[in-house]
Amino acid sequence: MGDERCYAKSLCRHSKRKGEVRLRPALLESFQEIRDKNMLTFKEAKERGVKVAGIYCGYCPRELVLAAGAIPVGLCGTREEPIAAAEKDLPRNLCPLIKSSYGFAATDTCPYFHFSDLIIGETTCDGKKKMFELLGKIKPVHVMNLPQIPDRESSLKLWHDELQRLQKVIEESFAVEISEEALREAIHQTNEELRVRKELLDLNRNKPALISGMDLLMTTFQVGFNADHKEGVVMMERLIAQVKEMAAQGHQVGDEKTPRILLTGTPVGMGSEKIVSLVEECGGLVVAMQNCSGYTCTQFMVDENDQRDPLMILAEKYLSIPCSVMTPNPGRLALLEQMIKDFQIDGVIDLTWQACHTFNVESFNVSELVKNKLGLPFIQIETDYSNSDRETLRVRIEAFLEMI
Amino acid sequence: MIVAGVDVGSISTKVAVLTPEKITYKMAPTGWSPRETGLATYQGLLQELGHSEDDVDFVVGTGYGRISLPFVSKAITEITCHARGAAHLVNDSTMVIDIGGQDSKIIKIDQKGKVLDFVMNDKCAAGTGRFLQMIAAALGLDVAELSELSRGKTPLTLNSMCAVFAESEVIGLLAAGRDKGEIVAGLHQSIARRIASMAQRMGKAARITFTGGVARNEGLCSCLREVLGAEIIVPAECQLAGALGAALLARDYLS
Ligand code: SF4
Ligand code: SF4
Repeated sequence: MGDERCYAKSLCRHSKRKGEVRLRPALLESFQEIRDKNMLTFKEAKERGVKVAGIYCGYCPRELVLAAGAIPVGLCGTREEPIAAAEKDLPRNLCPLIKSSYGFAATDTCPYFHFSDLIIGETTCDGKKKMFELLGKIKPVHVMNLPQIPDRESSLKLWHDELQRLQKVIEESFAVEISEEALREAIHQTNEELRVRKELLDLNRNKPALISGMDLLMTTFQVGFNADHKEGVVMMERLIAQVKEMAAQGHQVGDEKTPRILLTGTPVGMGSEKIVSLVEECGGLVVAMQNCSGYTCTQFMVDENDQRDPLMILAEKYLSIPCSVMTPNPGRLALLEQMIKDFQIDGVIDLTWQACHTFNVESFNVSELVKNKLGLPFIQIETDYSNSDRETLRVRIEAFLEMI
Repeated sequence: MIVAGVDVGSISTKVAVLTPEKITYKMAPTGWSPRETGLATYQGLLQELGHSEDDVDFVVGTGYGRISLPFVSKAITEITCHARGAAHLVNDSTMVIDIGGQDSKIIKIDQKGKVLDFVMNDKCAAGTGRFLQMIAAALGLDVAELSELSRGKTPLTLNSMCAVFAESEVIGLLAAGRDKGEIVAGLHQSIARRIASMAQRMGKAARITFTGGVARNEGLCSCLREVLGAEIIVPAECQLAGALGAALLARDYLS
């Protein structure tokens, strides 16, 4: 029984098609180095007096940081290593993302946290907002009061106030003044970044897919560590060109039959890529990710011709991010449905980090949409960053792929 | 055409061989080497049938030991195999409950045994074959005796569903002089409730196929029947559904 193909054969890591060589775009390597290389750039920038603001969430209006001539850097914890240390101060049954974020700070093992002059947090979920209180003992932390019923007039007003307050805090801590011009320029830069990010993620609307989920995750994660965001934009543009060129020569990832999986739910990054790697080891492809580390935030580009108060424009933009911390959160379902169509999705995996109540509860709505309304295979997976359940998860993911 | 299915579970290994004329099975305890037991059981059955490995056109491996079997043509998860096997054994059933050695699973299936949805309890031992084994040992009994002992007894309420705590709770109840039969009846009820809460998440089913070694426990079956309000059917080959499904999938693959 040699190499004939069957519906499930390509799903099985034990019978990888022989002789299959998958070319990866050579430019991917340049992304792999960003996090490490940029430490030096950050250090030099800091020596020149450039300020750094550490951010933890998609709701943080990074444009205000950019407009202050400072560097925003995402500090969301995606690794297992510092969790044990974090559990000295935090309860064990807390979301691993929160524990990891705090652990990096408490053990001073994240250079980017180390470089940060100011931490900006938001009152998103309970665990995070309380964690910021402890973080405040290590670094200056400013927590924004994020309203959670997004479509109320009072919420927008509160959030606009919070943006004004953040502007003042940044101006005071960094001893700068943020001009409207600088803010509009920052809005433009952020738009550019989102545009290119979206273009990169949209490559996989193609069937067969053009880039693996693991590669997408790695590039979008790494590019966030660029001190110079414009450089990140250029790197992504080059990568897109290379992938397209390879596609024109017939290099694709997987084939017509490879199960196309959409990952939704809690954010993932390098170190917490367990589900993405398992899907791809089992022969599927994560062609799209609907989470704040993936596609979700790329939706919210700002109209640069809008002449209203830029803080109001930003307040509206950020309040429309459809994260499970909001109630109700119909935007997520609408986006999911659209993405399932656009990316020709065969099955949806909803990832919930252990002890994340908002995503865990919301999984009910997601399953109704995917299973009942769209009739697609759906599975919710609740796990943490550790590898202890890797093999049992493998069975579930393999079985899930066999359903397709 | 000869095809085979090899299901290497955590407690026992089952092999099914399908020839155009008949289906034959063989079972053996898995022991410490899933790889060797899998091969030996497979070869043993072929020998009994007067066949050699070369006569077999396709072998599907399944069960937790499936990754360690070098001789299989293809590995498929126990979810897919159980669904296929159960649908073959019982007509018109839309749900399969399988309680295996180290996990329990509930699978929603269509007429042909294709998986529509599933849930798996793989997080803790409670509600698995191993859990029953542990409790039986704590009571100084064999698993096979549990059902008989609980017959007609009023179930005691057990509070712990964690395997470790349940064991000490049971020991405590014994020390307090409670009746073994009532304890076992309580145990069955709490397992049935746990399984039922998983099953209810999958929607309603009128006819449920119950597979896995634990399905032989009539006491647990009647609890399930009561809690779920459904017809619970235990096929004679309840322990062989995985191996049978694997063999059937091997045949599907060839045709
Ligand atoms: S999941 Fe929501 S709350 Fe958490 S980081 Fe993303 S946007 Fe923020
Ligand atoms: S994953 Fe959930 S619990 Fe964790 S930080 Fe995000 S919203 Fe909070």
